Amino acid sequence: MSISPSATGAPALELRNIAKSFGSVVALTSGNLTLRSNSIHALIGENGAGKSTLVKIIAGLYQRDSGDFTLEGESVDFTTTAQSKAAGIAVIYQEPTLFPDLSVTENVFMGRQPTLSLGRIDRKRMRNEAIGLFKRLGVRIDPDRPTLGLSIADQQIIEIAKAISLDAKVLVMDEPTAALSGVEVDRLFAVARSLRDEGRALLFISHRFDEVFDLCDTVTVMRDGEYISTDPIADTNVDQLVRRMVGRDVTTLFPKEEAPIGDPVLVVKGLTQPGVFHDVDFTVRSGEIVALAGLVGAGRSEIARAVFGVDPYASGSVSIKGKAVPRRSPASAMKLGLALVPEDRRKQGLVLDSSVALNTTMAIRSTLARFGLLFSRDENAAARIWASRLEVKTSALDTEVGTLSGGNQQKVVLAKWLATKPSILIVDEPTRGIDVGTKAEVHRLLSQLAGEGLAILMISSELPEVLGMADRVLVVREGRITADIPRAEATAESVMLAATHSQEAIA
Amino acid sequence: MTTLTTSTTDSFGTRVLHGLGGFAKARETGILLAFVLVVAAATIKNPNFLFSADGFRDLLLTPSILLLVAVGQAVVIITRNVDLSVGSTLGLTAYMTGRLFIDFPGIPIIVVFVAGILFGGLLGLVNGALVAFAKVPALVITLGTLYIYRGINVAWTGSDRINASDMPKDFLGLGTAQILYIPVLTIIALIVLIAAGWYMRNQRGGRELYAIGSDPGAAQLYGLKVTQRVLVAFVVCGALAGLAGVLYAARYGTINSQAGSGFELEAVGAAVIGGVAIFGGSGTVWGAAIGAFLLFTINRALPILGVQDFWQRAVVGALIIGAIVLDRLLALRQTRKLVEARDND
Repeated sequence: MSISPSATGAPALELRNIAKSFGSVVALTSGNLTLRSNSIHALIGENGAGKSTLVKIIAGLYQRDSGDFTLEGESVDFTTTAQSKAAGIAVIYQEPTLFPDLSVTENVFMGRQPTLSLGRIDRKRMRNEAIGLFKRLGVRIDPDRPTLGLSIADQQIIEIAKAISLDAKVLVMDEPTAALSGVEVDRLFAVARSLRDEGRALLFISHRFDEVFDLCDTVTVMRDGEYISTDPIADTNVDQLVRRMVGRDVTTLFPKEEAPIGDPVLVVKGLTQPGVFHDVDFTVRSGEIVALAGLVGAGRSEIARAVFGVDPYASGSVSIKGKAVPRRSPASAMKLGLALVPEDRRKQGLVLDSSVALNTTMAIRSTLARFGLLFSRDENAAARIWASRLEVKTSALDTEVGTLSGGNQQKVVLAKWLATKPSILIVDEPTRGIDVGTKAEVHRLLSQLAGEGLAILMISSELPEVLGMADRVLVVREGRITADIPRAEATAESVMLAATHSQEAIA
Repeated sequence: MTTLTTSTTDSFGTRVLHGLGGFAKARETGILLAFVLVVAAATIKNPNFLFSADGFRDLLLTPSILLLVAVGQAVVIITRNVDLSVGSTLGLTAYMTGRLFIDFPGIPIIVVFVAGILFGGLLGLVNGALVAFAKVPALVITLGTLYIYRGINVAWTGSDRINASDMPKDFLGLGTAQILYIPVLTIIALIVLIAAGWYMRNQRGGRELYAIGSDPGAAQLYGLKVTQRVLVAFVVCGALAGLAGVLYAARYGTINSQAGSGFELEAVGAAVIGGVAIFGGSGTVWGAAIGAFLLFTINRALPILGVQDFWQRAVVGALIIGAIVLDRLLALRQTRKLVEARDND
């Protein structure tokens, strides 16, 4: 599909068949994107569709493996962010990248401050230019204050001021609205439109369809590192875009075996932590797999961490089999039968320099100890049970965990928590970054555990996994549960819609 | 929020007031005040502390060598690194200075100075290259080079040592010479301080060092030349330690293989007391310089004030911890104020 360049100008930036891999992981197979001046172009796709990789290639942070990258008709090869900047490309990342100790003015001009003789920085001119920039953007920000403590919205305005002062022809905004309130979004959009009218080309990445339709004139969809389509916004609609974002066959993979569903095990009521999650209510029963679906940053991991007691919450309650779980006490949560397999296994799940046996028995140390002493014989015996049950592929229990593959590391983390004989298991992105074969093994294991009566809460950003494994799908959007979809009704479209749209839109 | 419109039409008067206000608020002011208090207390107890020719000279002379090292250290710390090898660099350069005079009789003094600075810079380059390219924390790298440089020094010196008689009188004279009652060493230190202070405030390179220390990841995304800047910071730090080594030789005349050991901690201490944040990004070389003065002056004042010998180190320690706690409290207060200002906006 091609777009009619009627309302918009000449191509400012063009990417053709861009491919990028990291080791054996393919992030992009065919990235295609054409940005035109006087245009705001939306780039949408699921988590892991390759949007961020594409942005980082534009920014010069990553180098493409193959494909063409042209800027105003000329082929370019950026190896540093300084080069893309010099070529007139400004990128505003999801998280603003400012220097907290330095003043707002210095942040805008860092690295290219106006100078007087002897290379002296012309502070007065710099300050006046900053004031001029903010005036033009219609915002009031003290140019002398440090950026420490500024709201995300103000920090983004500074990023935009930076981009304008660079006179950037291409402005890329990677999910700039993720952390903004309604008023702040309006202000940002007003700025974006005025930049478009000045003849710049903007790329806007967002998960919110209302914003995409409100602001952009063209939309490109990506899925699994591939280019899917580009259309003028007027010729498309939300349903069509959602279908394109998820469009794949999900029926054959990840079969969850039917298991009898028993009594409630984990009951969470009204869990609230201002600014993070609000009024979270859910129940997980024995034998049931409940998926927490949603976009990255929706607050799913935060909810899990609060339930487990790692993070605080302001109000609400958590109980396991009728017993209240005290706040901020992972130790009591564990005693009550809760286990959490964290998102980042390398940082939070394992001691990489330690052996398989030690990692596996880490959570059951106190029960293994005799007279306060640990014997490696006992540790190895306990570890062997789980290592063999999970088929951890390693020649010896004293292998360093850091040397194992991602899949085997994940098995060790699972073994560690299963060794505590939990009644409720929370798994956060259980199959992220592991190969297909091991993925299937992990799924089979989870399904088997549910069959044995374990209650499982699974956080996953992979829709096929969610749809294949879950008895029930809870969709989290901006810290709230926006939908509770039973297995029979869960489809890629219904989950994606709930994850990206406000509740009214689904009903 | 300050008003934006008046900025371009600031009268001289308001600018001076603004400057004074900034001075009163600056982190350096407190430490300067502490220094004045220490001097005043010691002088009341014993007027000779300040009002004798020797007392006044010592007040300025003793901290001057540390000042040079502390300025270099501050530059490195501002980039969120640290150089623990400066004491060894100083010792090695000091010994080299003596050797040059012995092995090349009649060598011009200026050549010795240049050699010392270059040699120190070279040692700094080794540190910087290891930190910048090996991506190992500076704390570990420079702890290693601390021992390596000292080891080279011991191997080179053996049980030998340089005596005052090995060096020319003109050179040794520099160590105690004065111009208008101000020791030459102090003048050299002040010139370096002013140059460094000016560079750190007014040059792009200087500001980028702050940026790198404030958020190294952001500096990378900004497209700043992080590796190059960090390398330069280490070279400058080493060169200043080298210069300090030459001056050390002139000042003390006697150099064995242990010259300058422990100086690295004094330098880090001076910088921290002077308000240079140990995690980089804020503080000034001026603060580090005042910190150096305070550190050495306290050492001299405490015996006069009747504090027993073995308590003196503890006082210095308390000062360092006090300075860090103070910085932390100020930072928390500032964050709170800034967040409040935002919420009230």
